[in-house]
Amino acid sequence: MAERKITRREALRAAGALAGASVLTTFGVRLLSASVPNDTVEAAAGPRAPLRIGFQVHRTGIGAVYGRWYERVGNAALRLINEQGGIAGRPVQIIVEDDGTDPKRGVEVVEKFVNQHRVDFIFGTLFSHVVIAAAPRAGELKVPYLVVSEGYHVASGKLNRYVFQPGITDVRAQVTAVAPWIVKNLGKRATLIFPDYAFGHDHRDFFSARLRALGGEVAALVPIPPTETSFTRYFARVPRNTDFIYHVMVGPGVLTFVKELGEHFGARKPKLFGFIDSLEGVDIATPGLEYLEGSFLWEAFPRYAGNVKTAFEQQYRDRVGVDANGASKADPKDVSTYSHMFGVWETLFVIKRAVEESGYASRTPADYRKFITTLEGFTSFPESLQHPQGPKRFNGKLHQVFGHQFISQVRNKRLVVVHRTAIEDGLYPPEGDYTKMPL
Amino acid sequence: MTPAGQAVLALLEGVVSGLVLALTALGLSLVFGVMRVVNIAHGDFFMLGAVFAWYVTTATGSFPLALLAAPLAAAAVALAADRLVLRPIGYAPEPTIVATIGLLYVLQQAVLSVYGPYARPVPEPVAFRVDLPWFGYSGYKLVVAAAATALLGAAWLLITRTRLGLYMRATQQDREIAQAFGVPVQRIYAAAFGLGAALAALAGVLIVPIRQAHYLMGLDALLLSFMAVIIGGIGSLGGTLAAALFIGLVDGALSVFFSPTLARIAASLVVVAVLVARSGGLLEVRG
Repeated sequence: MAERKITRREALRAAGALAGASVLTTFGVRLLSASVPNDTVEAAAGPRAPLRIGFQVHRTGIGAVYGRWYERVGNAALRLINEQGGIAGRPVQIIVEDDGTDPKRGVEVVEKFVNQHRVDFIFGTLFSHVVIAAAPRAGELKVPYLVVSEGYHVASGKLNRYVFQPGITDVRAQVTAVAPWIVKNLGKRATLIFPDYAFGHDHRDFFSARLRALGGEVAALVPIPPTETSFTRYFARVPRNTDFIYHVMVGPGVLTFVKELGEHFGARKPKLFGFIDSLEGVDIATPGLEYLEGSFLWEAFPRYAGNVKTAFEQQYRDRVGVDANGASKADPKDVSTYSHMFGVWETLFVIKRAVEESGYASRTPADYRKFITTLEGFTSFPESLQHPQGPKRFNGKLHQVFGHQFISQVRNKRLVVVHRTAIEDGLYPPEGDYTKMPL
Repeated sequence: MTPAGQAVLALLEGVVSGLVLALTALGLSLVFGVMRVVNIAHGDFFMLGAVFAWYVTTATGSFPLALLAAPLAAAAVALAADRLVLRPIGYAPEPTIVATIGLLYVLQQAVLSVYGPYARPVPEPVAFRVDLPWFGYSGYKLVVAAAATALLGAAWLLITRTRLGLYMRATQQDREIAQAFGVPVQRIYAAAFGLGAALAALAGVLIVPIRQAHYLMGLDALLLSFMAVIIGGIGSLGGTLAAALFIGLVDGALSVFFSPTLARIAASLVVVAVLVARSGGLLEVRG
């Protein structure tokens, strides 16, 4: 084939187009960067202009099961908010971006929300490695970043003033709250099996410390790399004299984990206490999970209906399209992430309340200051349709919310709540104070 | 657990994972040997095998049918990819790497869209528990080891004893001369790509009752297959088999006695050492 020659005219035209584009881009970027701190330009958008909320979702990657349900719940909450007249009388828009459950992409998504979508707030992301990577960028861009992650990273005081977790209790509080029940009912010598990264380390550190404080001891620590697919080899490290195995896993390996646990220990079954994180999106009646029968699981919000008898719970369940078994009404095989996704719902209503009480109007430093200090001033969220999981206490210095926790037992392939902790059970001495950080 | 118990566990885990890896890596090695194509999407044919197995067993309840249908379906996808992607770019080395990376994402995202992000289980076709003095072990894993051995034997016969195998080996040695002798090289390429995908998919079907079908499961399979192919000598089928078993056993032993992360580090170090010292692989015959 003869090569096509590029004519001089074409080359000139291309060069001209390139030059023109670069001028436009520079101009555009200037305009963008100028408009961010400029009060008048933003205010010109008008009080009736929609409030834009960036929703950072794990649509792909290892967190996709969670992401799928977070998105459904976010949309359900949005519908309710808009039905009830929006936020401060303004309609609300949610702009979804997929972060691929990837820390690098998480940072880019935060930037895209601020510079391109020009959102008022960002909320929604879950996996701790993504939160820890993206939160500093949100702080630099000075945009409120509300996560639904349950990690201790927010409450540790190590992030920044713009990061909040007002929708779900953190791991440290969860662990602190359930530990006394575990020691009383399952024994004192524990083997901890946990994922080998930040979220798992929170479990390792805080459960171990709490166990020792209650007179128990850690028989063995078994960290598991997050990409692991087979677990038999790890069970060799569970000491014989352990009273119970404390397991928390995330990712797709949980069925293998439970099955291999059954094959390995058989009738010499240790007692089991696990975190529902492992089984979010997984039907408890799945073949292979029989070994969990009789074992105990932490739940933030009981998956099976009838365990929490409030009208709000049922209304919420209907609104997010989940049936009595915690699966999608449209597809009973599509099991929800019930113990986490309520955090998305509750966080959106916290944003609503903070906007309305602070008088936030536009993306200006002054309005963001009002929003943040108002949010930091919150102390409690009463049980309501906005907070269907139950009443909560908010610590403005830690930017963290605290609620009730549930312990459920697997009975006849369903989860039945056997204990509900008090909010006070989960409180711990604070390590940080965000309100002392500059805004 | 006593050291004896640990040793038995290490051996069992090592042999099972080594044999399954051998099956997957053999496909990768075949594709590279015959076509000189580095197939980055290879792990996703493994994943496709597992996902198709889920669909077939859910629809019909028959695992043997899945064992037959899933590799055929994966091979069909591979043949389509060969015809639509690899052939148009002339199997040039660099473009095929980029193209197969693209294929990897297309396969993954297609499975995510259709099948979803869930890890779905396939019941074991034979479920029994072997009770050893130290611990119990999955009987199905032993079945997998036996089945993988049989399939490797069959693949070996196919490559060494059949006309197709002869053509493949001839194409691998010298494409032009093979063509001059009347070997339909274009069709042999397609056959090698399809067979490579089918082998990976077979491994996926065998493994899915142990590990569930998940759309990201191909990444690990790809990584380990590459290690086996590099250690064994690129394009050397015997070397790939030996290396896969070696990786499995080292992985089993190190991860039981020390930590699985250390086992992965050790395997990576062996790859580096092989690349530095014997770039043709451990079994390379030097002239």
